[in-house]
Parts: sequence; structure tokens; C-alpha cells
Amino acid sequence: MTSTAENVQSPSPLARRWTVRSFATTWASQIGITVAFVVLWLAFILLAPDTFLDNRIYVSFAQTTPYFALPALLLTMVIVSGDIDLSFPSIMGLGMVGFIAVERTTGNVGLAVLAALAVGALAGLLNGVFVTFIGIPALVVTIGTLFLYRGLTLALVNGRSFALVEARDSEMSRVLIGRLFGIPMQFVWLVLVAIGTWVLLYRHRLGQNAHVIGDNRPAAKLMGIPIRRTRIILFVLVGVVSALAGVMNSLQVSNFYPGVGAGYLLPALAAVFVGGTSVFGGRGTIWGTFIGAFMIGAIQAGIVAMGIEAFWTEVIYGGIILAAVSIHAVLQRRFER
Amino acid sequence: MTVREDGRVAVELRHIHKSFGGVRVLTDVSFRLSAGEVLGLLGDNGAGKSTLIKIITGVHQPDSGQILFGGQEVHALTVDQARALGVETVFQERALAEQLSLWRNIFMGRPISRAFGILDVRRMRRITVELMGESMGFTSAALTPDTHVTGLSGGERQGLAIVRALHFEADIIILDEPTMGLSLKETDKLLHFVKGIRTAGKSAIFIDHNIFHVYSVADRIVVLDRGRVAGDFPTSRYTLEEVTEIMREVAATGKFIEPERHRATDAASRPDQAAGAP
Repeated sequence: MTSTAENVQSPSPLARRWTVRSFATTWASQIGITVAFVVLWLAFILLAPDTFLDNRIYVSFAQTTPYFALPALLLTMVIVSGDIDLSFPSIMGLGMVGFIAVERTTGNVGLAVLAALAVGALAGLLNGVFVTFIGIPALVVTIGTLFLYRGLTLALVNGRSFALVEARDSEMSRVLIGRLFGIPMQFVWLVLVAIGTWVLLYRHRLGQNAHVIGDNRPAAKLMGIPIRRTRIILFVLVGVVSALAGVMNSLQVSNFYPGVGAGYLLPALAAVFVGGTSVFGGRGTIWGTFIGAFMIGAIQAGIVAMGIEAFWTEVIYGGIILAAVSIHAVLQRRFER
Repeated sequence: MTVREDGRVAVELRHIHKSFGGVRVLTDVSFRLSAGEVLGLLGDNGAGKSTLIKIITGVHQPDSGQILFGGQEVHALTVDQARALGVETVFQERALAEQLSLWRNIFMGRPISRAFGILDVRRMRRITVELMGESMGFTSAALTPDTHVTGLSGGERQGLAIVRALHFEADIIILDEPTMGLSLKETDKLLHFVKGIRTAGKSAIFIDHNIFHVYSVADRIVVLDRGRVAGDFPTSRYTLEEVTEIMREVAATGKFIEPERHRATDAASRPDQAAGAP
């Protein structure tokens, strides 16, 4: 069949036809970040083969990266909807207060985890209510609650730490931070949450509405999209998943200290934006955040393993983030039309 | 004209008043839109056109006055209610999400979903392909249901918004400055489509600055000036030159001045009651 005949016969030329260009257009940012990840990884293998050809470093990444990658996944959705949540590191701590309270009174770790998730949900709900009902920009509200939730955490436990040796031995602990065929459960959970978030963002009404709200809020209003409800749900989801990350992190070190999660704000944000999610909302990538998180996680270890003076860590960190975000901006312009 | 004889009123506004923070935007606005009628809404910037439209679409609630759909008064109209009553707005660009694909835009706010809110993407894509081929006349091979709106021309965007309104079986289609930014050829296409709305027995309110566009498709013209209805007349009553003259007078004086040709013959008849065809 000649191409002309094809054009005449097909009712419209709109049937999905695979071309390099359409593929690149659709997946520009995903391809970009994946290539960058592979390049970075090969560079680390070349420059620090002892570390990066050893299984242990990957087990370590699989355990520690999820602590900020989990909130980053849900944060991606929030950013797609045009909001932001800076308070999740404090929710990681506040959720653990609920965990400790229930674990110390009932001794049931499963219940304690549920309590932590409930506290996380409430914290997220409060963020959402402030943002949508009082109408304060999410950036400002969550800076406030970043302090508020951390302060509450410190005040409620009097700044004390709690040993979690017994909790660590529980069945629940094995489900959260044990191993499955040698793979750390943190990583398994991360993959599960990533798949769930992907479905929510691209294949669910919630994500469809989040996209429209982030892209064009007046249009969302005109089209009758439940803007307030959608935004609140997203904040609640960030809260729940952050609390889960806080529980995992505390169980891993068999200790709850009220500062848990405090260092994860910038790595999580970096993962989202290095991944290719738009700062302006309306467009985001779960795959990008997933890969971005591991890039961020690997940089620190890689720099140390390469024998570069640790003082340079942040310089290289910053450089890689800027490079990644610039590549996204260029790819975006190149392939948008 | 068949329009008024049909008699079925699609929407009627009675004595609508609306102020924003002490500023009167609409004062005692009344008009009717009959089924199968294309109504041109003309008026300068700030005349209250968009506020009026937002009241019909449920975005704003009037301070006083009544809104009737098919003769039934609707209290505290919301956006959802207005949509359920068949009001669809085609806003210039504003109602499209640029970074999203065509199918996501077509089904914006009304996605087809299965259990647990999971989207039926395949079905939405298929319907989008059908709509693009049949109704939009998109022929460019570069366009697929997954094309982002940023890749569309102004006319294509307009077409997308209109097709969306039609797909959801709107009874009253509101076109807010639909010709803005369109090339001549695209404008012709659009005007042709607006005529098609009437043929389909549906109603439209066509808002535009351009008298020529409105005159060529509207059955009746309502002129808004500083929040009041300054004129309401069937298009067939006047020539294009006379309408232009009327508009100029309204803009200058705020008053409706009957063009000379009609002054002698029916000086007694008020323009807004002059519904019948000559």
C-alpha cells in the first residue's frame, strides 16, 4: 500500500503513529533525565570502581534514598497542581510522635504505624485547609507548618529521643524495612508508591484534575473541577506518605529522635525538579522524580567515593542540579511544538 | 423570523443587578434567548458583557433579579447547575490547559472513568480521534489525541473548545470573543460553525467587538452599555451600516437612536419590542 493510498483510506491521519519525533516530544524530559542518570552512574563507576561495582552501595541507596524519595513522589503531584509542600520533613517527625504514643501504650507496632499515618494525614489536612479555605499561598503556609510541626514534635516529647529496639524486632518492622529476596523493603515500598502515584497522576480523575488546576486554574473553575477538594487530598497524601517515610527512617536506626527528616527538604525538592517536573505546575513526571531521587542520593556517596574533598560536595551537587534543570528547559523549548 | 414564533425560551434574565465592591456593573439587565437563536452581545470593554456571561454560567450570582431556564426560575445558580442545564462556554484560550493533551482537554472536568475513578484513557482517546476527524476537520498529520495544546494554532484551539462544548450536548453555547486572534480563513470557519449551532436547533450567545462578525451570524443583537441594555433588536431590521451607526451613537451617548430610515415609519415602536420581522 502506498503512502498516498493510506492517507486516503484512513478516516483521519490521527491514528497514533510512532515516530522518533513524537516519541521524543512525549518523553523529552524522561529521556533527558534517564540519559543523565546513566551518564552520571557510568562516571561514578569509572572514577570510583571499588565503590560503585560493589553490591553494598546499592543496598545502601535502596535503604536511604526512599526516605526523601517517598515524599518527593507525592510532592510531584502537589507541584503539578500548582501548590508546594515544604512541611513534609516536619511531618516525618510529627507522625513519629503518634507512633511513640501508641507504641508505648499498646505495644502494638502495627497500630503505631497507623497512628503515625493518621497524624500525617491530619497534618496534611491542616496544610490543605489553610491553603484553600484561608487562601494563603501554599509556599507560605507550609513554611509556617514546617516550623509548627517540628516545634510540636519537640515540645510533645520534650526534645527526648526514644529507643525503638523492640519495635524493630516486630513483624511490622520486617514489612517496612526488612528484605525481600535481598532487596530492602524501603525500596520495594518506594516502587509500590511510585506505581500508585503514577496511576493517580496519569490514570485517575484526581491526577487529571490536578493537571488542569496546575495548568489553568480559571479554566478548572469554569469547567467545574472540584479545585479545593483536589488540592486538600493532595496535601493529605503527602502527609501520609511523609509519615510513612518517618517511620521507616526511625525503625532503620532503631531510634526516634525529634529531628528526624529535617535534612530531607532540599534533596526531595531537588529530586522533583531534577526529574523534570515544572516549577509552574501543570506538568510533572513520576519517573523523573524517581530517577532524580537516586541521582541526588548517589551524588553524595559518589563524590566521597571518588576521593574528592567533602567540601566540594555541595558545589558539585548544585552544579548537577543546575545542569539538569537547564537541560529540561532546553528540551522543553526544543520539543514543545 | 421563525425564532420568536418558536416561542421556547432557552434562558431569560429579568432585572439583573450586580455590583462588585460598590461598583455597579449591571443595572436592571433583562433579555431573552430563544431556542434556536443566535444572539449577538455587543458592547465596549467594561460594558458588563463578561459579568453577564458569568452570571448565566453560574460563576457569579446576581445581587438581585431572576434567571430562568426554559421558563423555570433557578435560584443561586452554580457552575455545575448551569452545565447540567446545558450551558457551555467557549472561552477564547482561557478554558484550555495548554500543557495537556487534546484528549485531556476535551474531557476536562468530565473524564470518563471506571471503578475507583480510574480513567478510561483508551475510550477518551478514541472519542477524541473521532471528534478531531468529523467535527474539527483537523487534517494535519502532526496532530494526535496526545498532541499538547501548545502545538495548536489559534483556530485549532477555538475548534477544540467548540467541539468540546458540542460533544457534551450543550443547549446554550456561549462564545466569548471567539474570533480574537484568528486569521480571516479561520474566522470564516468559525462563523460557519456558529451558523451550524442554529441549524442544530441550539442557541448561542456570541460576544464580540467586531460588529461585522456578529451581524453576519446573529438573529438578534443586544447592545450593552455601561451595565444597561441599550438596545435589543432583530438583526434583520437594520442594515449593517445602520447597526454600525447605532453602536457609534450608543458608545458616544449611551442612548439608542433609531436610524433615520425607521424614524418616520415606526417612531412609536420601541426598539426592544420590535421583535417581528419587517
